[in-house]
Amino acid sequence: MKWDEFFVTGDPLIYGADVSIVLTMVGILFYLTKFKKWKWLWDEWLTTVDHKKLGIMYIVSAVLMMFRGGVDALLMRAQLAVPEANFLDSQHYNEIFTTHGTIMIIFMAMPFLIGLINVVVPLQIGARDVAYPYLNAVSFWTFFIGAMLFNISFVIGGSPSAGWTSYMPLASNELSPGPGQNYYLLGLQIAGIGTLLTGINFLVTILKMRAPGMTLFRMPMFTWSSLVTMVIIIFAFPILTVALVLMTFDRLFGSHFFTLQGEGMDMLWANLFWLWGHPEVYIVILPAFGMFSEIISTFSKKTLFGYKAMIWSMLLIAGYSFLVWVHHFFTMGSGAVVNSVFSITTMAIGIPTGVKIFNWLFTMYRGRIEFTTPMLWSLGFIVNFVVGGVTGVMLAMAAADYQYHNTYFLVSHFHYVLIAGTVFACFAGLIFWYPKMFGYKLNERIGKWVFWIFTIGFNVCFMPQYFLGLDGMPRRVYTYSEESGWGPLNMVSTIGGFMMGIAFVILVYNIYYSFRFAKRETTGDAWNGRTLEWSTPSPMPPFYNFAKIPEVTGLDHFWKQKQAGKVEKLKAEDIKKIHMPSNSGVPFIMASFFFVAGFGMVFDWMWMGIAGMIGVFGTLIYRSFEYDDGYYVSVEEVIETEKISK
Amino acid sequence: MANKTAVNEHHGFPWKHLIGFVLSIVLTLFALWVALGTDLSLTWILIIIFGFAFLQAALQLLMFMHVTENSTKSNLTSRVQIGNILFAAFVAIVIVIGSVWVMTAGHAKHDKHDEPKTENQENHGEHESH
Ligand code: HEM
Ligand SMILES: [Cu+2]
Repeated sequence: MKWDEFFVTGDPLIYGADVSIVLTMVGILFYLTKFKKWKWLWDEWLTTVDHKKLGIMYIVSAVLMMFRGGVDALLMRAQLAVPEANFLDSQHYNEIFTTHGTIMIIFMAMPFLIGLINVVVPLQIGARDVAYPYLNAVSFWTFFIGAMLFNISFVIGGSPSAGWTSYMPLASNELSPGPGQNYYLLGLQIAGIGTLLTGINFLVTILKMRAPGMTLFRMPMFTWSSLVTMVIIIFAFPILTVALVLMTFDRLFGSHFFTLQGEGMDMLWANLFWLWGHPEVYIVILPAFGMFSEIISTFSKKTLFGYKAMIWSMLLIAGYSFLVWVHHFFTMGSGAVVNSVFSITTMAIGIPTGVKIFNWLFTMYRGRIEFTTPMLWSLGFIVNFVVGGVTGVMLAMAAADYQYHNTYFLVSHFHYVLIAGTVFACFAGLIFWYPKMFGYKLNERIGKWVFWIFTIGFNVCFMPQYFLGLDGMPRRVYTYSEESGWGPLNMVSTIGGFMMGIAFVILVYNIYYSFRFAKRETTGDAWNGRTLEWSTPSPMPPFYNFAKIPEVTGLDHFWKQKQAGKVEKLKAEDIKKIHMPSNSGVPFIMASFFFVAGFGMVFDWMWMGIAGMIGVFGTLIYRSFEYDDGYYVSVEEVIETEKISK
Repeated sequence: MANKTAVNEHHGFPWKHLIGFVLSIVLTLFALWVALGTDLSLTWILIIIFGFAFLQAALQLLMFMHVTENSTKSNLTSRVQIGNILFAAFVAIVIVIGSVWVMTAGHAKHDKHDEPKTENQENHGEHESH
């Protein structure tokens, strides 16, 4: 392979990206060296097993990925703004919608939610860390490495271009030659390991590590939604793992699982992909539901309406989510019986979702609503998400879907649910728990500007797409003719897209602004919260979270204590030594070996793939013989920490 | 933390895990050999590797997944365990039977281009597996 095949060449945009990547790298290395931060980086972040720090790293990565995916989106919108534009050629456009979709779902939405779950759930259940802190670090680093592997594709070797769904035979060697599609397979595979481990880790954490008195039906709704999400992850992700392995075999080792030749079944890929893919959309929406529940209840100053109904509807959704996958390929032609069955199951899944919407409305009913920024995002969610849900039910009618399928109508549907659902929740949750993570709130005034610009921009961008879809504009086209008449609405849509981009920039500015100027919190209870995470006395919880594990007596325990004026003061004699897990650099090193292995396989350099895998197994073996039971934080140290932070 | 004691609970060499590990690899290689290295008819190959697949699943459940461990510790743990097993069975059935059904019903049959058409194409209702 010649160097100009290895590096992507010939496009000024890519050269610009090359330059900025190199400059950023040099800048970071320079900063770390100049300010002697290497040791700090290693000790505090790269080797940490603290769920809060891992959570923050997840969120930071997710915001970076949101930027990358957002740039992709704006490039596409720029190309589509006017008919017959020549900004991007078709191959380039294909690559961009592929990386946009994959990055936004796998490397933005999931890690953003998992990051917030990491930070919040152990605090909400009164635990000092997750059940398997070391595994948690493995999760983060494999996700991060998978994301990086996927991301370098656009400068080294070329990006995948078969869509985030990677349908066969389009994704086969014949129609997608070169390393691009391999990046998709390996990047997702490595990151998927992390997700699966997170699923197991948090399932066990929530089941086993709750504070005394916190029965299952006293758990906060966000914890419940995380629990259900973890169950779906555990059962859905192995399907993706297997499907990816089979396609990797097809591409690298000449097997015929999904190929056209050799009796392969190309549509079996679509079938397996959506067997995972539909549960996946619930994986990214349920934690969002959980967050909105917390926020709406906090700022309505009322206990969540229909707590049990919420839980049962989530459990129902978890079961149903495995029964609807065919609605993504009604047009494959499995016949009237199959399509009817899956139409009905799909419509049925709308019912528990509707139940939840009503519960939120009733929670607000006669509450004393406080219009903070997180609450604004939650209200915006209810209004906009309903639009996505209603159009979802329209798509669920198989006969009608022959018309809507693969048009902009579908594109608009899933953006209404994913943006107004998941992305709004990520913003709301980030703002809501920001003071817990960093000790100060994000500026509310700027935050409200962000909300309005983003929400209006979102509707300006995606509402026209429903009509474009009804007008017959297909998805994934890189240009269209003047005569089609799609020009004006596309222009409107592009304007909306850029408004969302502007809102994102202001959001990032707000992070900087608040870091400089925001009033620092003095208590741990920035929003007059209801659940345990707000009961840690310091603005940010110390690394062991709770000096004394709370005893829980009911739902919204902390709120009730406050109402009764009975918040316990920590006494020195209550403090016992605390057992904590030790840091470890192994997860980071293991993930680095995964990178080597993945990169080798992407280019079909088997020696490199094997070398990387030997490294991975080496770290696994090393870990098996490592006997580290953690360490104890002494009573004196706890007392001292608590005093400083009081 | 609470798992301090749990860490020290297991002593001795993890024979069970090692045997399970080796057996699962052997079964996989065997399946590969039956499929690639023998010239049995397709039906027989399928029957044999399906058999291996069930053995493999049983092996995983017994050796690694504590399926026989009946928890006397608490009511909740055993209820969770049972719920888990039932849900796993549900998902497994949906994946396998669902996929076979979806991939063989209606026009999707034509997907297998190079196979002769099976008769009885309109019968996409209750399918007996073939
Ligand atoms: C009321 C509940 C919902 C119903 C009835 C529903 C129904 C559907 C249907 C029938 C399709 C396929 C349409 C086609 O391809 O022609 C679809 C696509 C999609 N839906 Fe939904 N949906 C619902 C909620 C959600 C939620 C909550 C999410 C994610 C947060 C979501 C994400 C997606 C995505 C990503 C796609 C398309 C993916 C692709 O083809 O690339 N949906 N939905
Ligand atoms: Cu779906």
